[in-house]
Amino acid sequence: MTAEIGQFSLILALVIAILQGTLPLIGAARQNVPMMKFGESASFAQFLTVSLAFVALTVAYVESDFSILNVASNSHSLKPMLYKISGVWGNHEGSLLLWVWILALFGFAVAAFGRNLPYSLKARVLSIQGLIGVGFLLFVVFTSNPFERIDPAPFDGRGLNPLLQDPGLAFHPPFLYLGYVGLSVTFSFAIAALIEGKVDPAWARWVRPWTLAAWSFLTLGIALGSWWAYYELGWGGWWFWDPVENASFMPWLAATALLHSAIVVEKRDALKNWTILLAIIAFSLSLLGTFLVRSGVLNSVHAFASDPARGVFVLAFLIFVIGGSLTLYSFRAPTMKGGGLFAPISREGALVLNNLFLSSAAATILLGTLYPIFLDALSGTKVSVGEPYFNATFLPLALPLVFALALGPFLSWKRADLKGVLSRVKFSLAFVAFVLGISWWLTDDGPFLAFFGMGLFAWLVASTAIEWAGRIKLFRTSFKSSWNRMVNLPRSAHGMTIAHLGVAMIVLGITASEAWQSEKLEVMRPGESSIVGGYEFRFDGARELKGPNYDFLQGSFTIFKDGAEFVTLYPEQRVYASPPMETTEAAIWPMMSADLYVVIGEEDGKGGFATRIYHKPFISWIWAGAIAMFIGGGFSLSDRRFRIGAAKKKSSASHTPEAATGV
Amino acid sequence: MTRKRRRLYIVLSGMAVLALAASLILMSFEDSLVFFRSPSDLVEKPVPVGRNFRLGGLVEEGSVVKDGVEIRFRVTDLAESVPVLYRGLVPDLFREGQGVVTEGQLAEDGTFVASSVLAKHDENYMPPEVADSLKEAGHWEPEDKK
Repeated sequence: MTAEIGQFSLILALVIAILQGTLPLIGAARQNVPMMKFGESASFAQFLTVSLAFVALTVAYVESDFSILNVASNSHSLKPMLYKISGVWGNHEGSLLLWVWILALFGFAVAAFGRNLPYSLKARVLSIQGLIGVGFLLFVVFTSNPFERIDPAPFDGRGLNPLLQDPGLAFHPPFLYLGYVGLSVTFSFAIAALIEGKVDPAWARWVRPWTLAAWSFLTLGIALGSWWAYYELGWGGWWFWDPVENASFMPWLAATALLHSAIVVEKRDALKNWTILLAIIAFSLSLLGTFLVRSGVLNSVHAFASDPARGVFVLAFLIFVIGGSLTLYSFRAPTMKGGGLFAPISREGALVLNNLFLSSAAATILLGTLYPIFLDALSGTKVSVGEPYFNATFLPLALPLVFALALGPFLSWKRADLKGVLSRVKFSLAFVAFVLGISWWLTDDGPFLAFFGMGLFAWLVASTAIEWAGRIKLFRTSFKSSWNRMVNLPRSAHGMTIAHLGVAMIVLGITASEAWQSEKLEVMRPGESSIVGGYEFRFDGARELKGPNYDFLQGSFTIFKDGAEFVTLYPEQRVYASPPMETTEAAIWPMMSADLYVVIGEEDGKGGFATRIYHKPFISWIWAGAIAMFIGGGFSLSDRRFRIGAAKKKSSASHTPEAATGV
Repeated sequence: MTRKRRRLYIVLSGMAVLALAASLILMSFEDSLVFFRSPSDLVEKPVPVGRNFRLGGLVEEGSVVKDGVEIRFRVTDLAESVPVLYRGLVPDLFREGQGVVTEGQLAEDGTFVASSVLAKHDENYMPPEVADSLKEAGHWEPEDKK
């Protein structure tokens, strides 16, 4: 019964989406208020029906209803409850349903929170959301129906891929999709603005919270995915430049650029066309990511099934959306008037530079990701573009960006005084020298790039701190007055500082863990010890145990630091029954200064076990930095100027120096 | 500064960054493209010693010899086979008779020294390159795919 309810709700949602995608658009063109208003009720109704379908599928998973093909192929009655639920989106059909549900959620959110939007703009935005919904609902209903029945129903399900049975991965897709799909809102705003032919600071202010939210979730989603790869795959790596990772990284780069260019539109009424184009590009890259991952063009843990019909559908949809929006753009963009003027050295200039580097980086990654696919399609030659390419192209673009990132927030709008700024960051150079000295003293060895990275980290941290301290006049006035300034500083300014510090943390994490990692691969017998990264790892032995739905071999390693017992780690080798599969569970001891990472392999038949031990300095700072960026995004989002009703006050406040420096 | 002037600056700096990106791409493309070869390809079109490439196929039945953390096996497409040496822990689903993709270089003695052995993520998954090369060698069984 639940399956039929779900199926029916989906079809109902499709009908509603078709209405939502047409009526308000027509209404906006004819200035017909009831038709425009219909967009809101349709968004509520769509959210309700898609939610019902999603709940129906979740219930089927929780109850292990194996008469539904999707449940039978991806769930198992013995699976822990968390994974029965996360199994809902651990497969092709379910993950698309999640996509559609989040799309409906965002449509609902725009309808509910966009109270101060002009009728026609809101109607158009909701209509475009509806049209995107039509595309995806058609896809779900006709090519990827999650509610398909099988007869006879099997006695038990095939189970979820054990690699996906993991808390980190239970939450990776929802956050990633919140990011991907959140960009649809920015896209809808951009298309609506093109139809209206008007982009102004108010538009930017309405769009920015959605971009911020999407960007924050995307950041967290990508970080969760890379964290999962780090501890679950047992290779010790955290980023592989795998096409599937690139598919999520490209929209992130575009969203980051968009986040910054929308500030220029909001504050200075400039860069409008570019911002609109970026909004289109960012969502197109999300769709491209969905296409690459879902169509089976790329084979990986993410490609649950490869079915040519699906690929063709997504490709057609992709061409329709990207082609349609770019055509509209080419007609409408020239009619939009450019705004405020600025000198090359100014806040605007710095943000243009940021956008240039971010979009060039996204373009090089796009090329590296698509090249093998095109080459294979055209000539049948199989190549892979791997880490060397991405390191050689992405790093030279990312490093100057990070360097300039430290200076950007100091620059004033319109025309900035570079000499004045440089005199303010003198202290940063001292801090750079200090950090380089410490790194040299601790390691006295390492590639040049590693010291460059450490310097960059110090440069960014110190400059960001100086900029923040300058805003609250720390040490230049009484502590109490500084405190008051800090409290009164716009939340978006704090958000920027936190997010930029997050970037610095990531730079530190990547640099230190890549340059100064120690690794030992050897066969160890019980009682033997190995010294890695200054820690002594004693292998105590291994034993066979039983888990809830798997058997496992557990190794025990006692770790000593300076001769004293420090911690004991238990890496595992698991063998799952359904589906039959082995997984490696690394044991990781994360610390501020380094992670200890132990993997146990098979027995060699002579009482020894293959083991791999890593000491990875500062690696957890990579994810801590991503979390800082997420928190920074949240801080900015809570800024009062984005809250309902704050828009009017804003227009007068933006001329005060305090607000003008807020980002 | 006039609007035109500003646009000129933006376009010029945009072109500079794009030129930088393009030159980076051109410089690195030649070296970092990694070609895929099946054992039969390797016989037809030999790859020079020391050149990085990917070798894929099935792990030949009965060929796996482990010696400590070193593992030797043969990669086959059921027509030809190539000996492989890898130092490291093989991925979870590395097994005789299963598909595998390795990346590395040929040594003087004709052994493929792998720097990485790529994992498959579940037992149904066949690396697409391997599936294609098996098809070419005429040994593809569609029911393998699922």
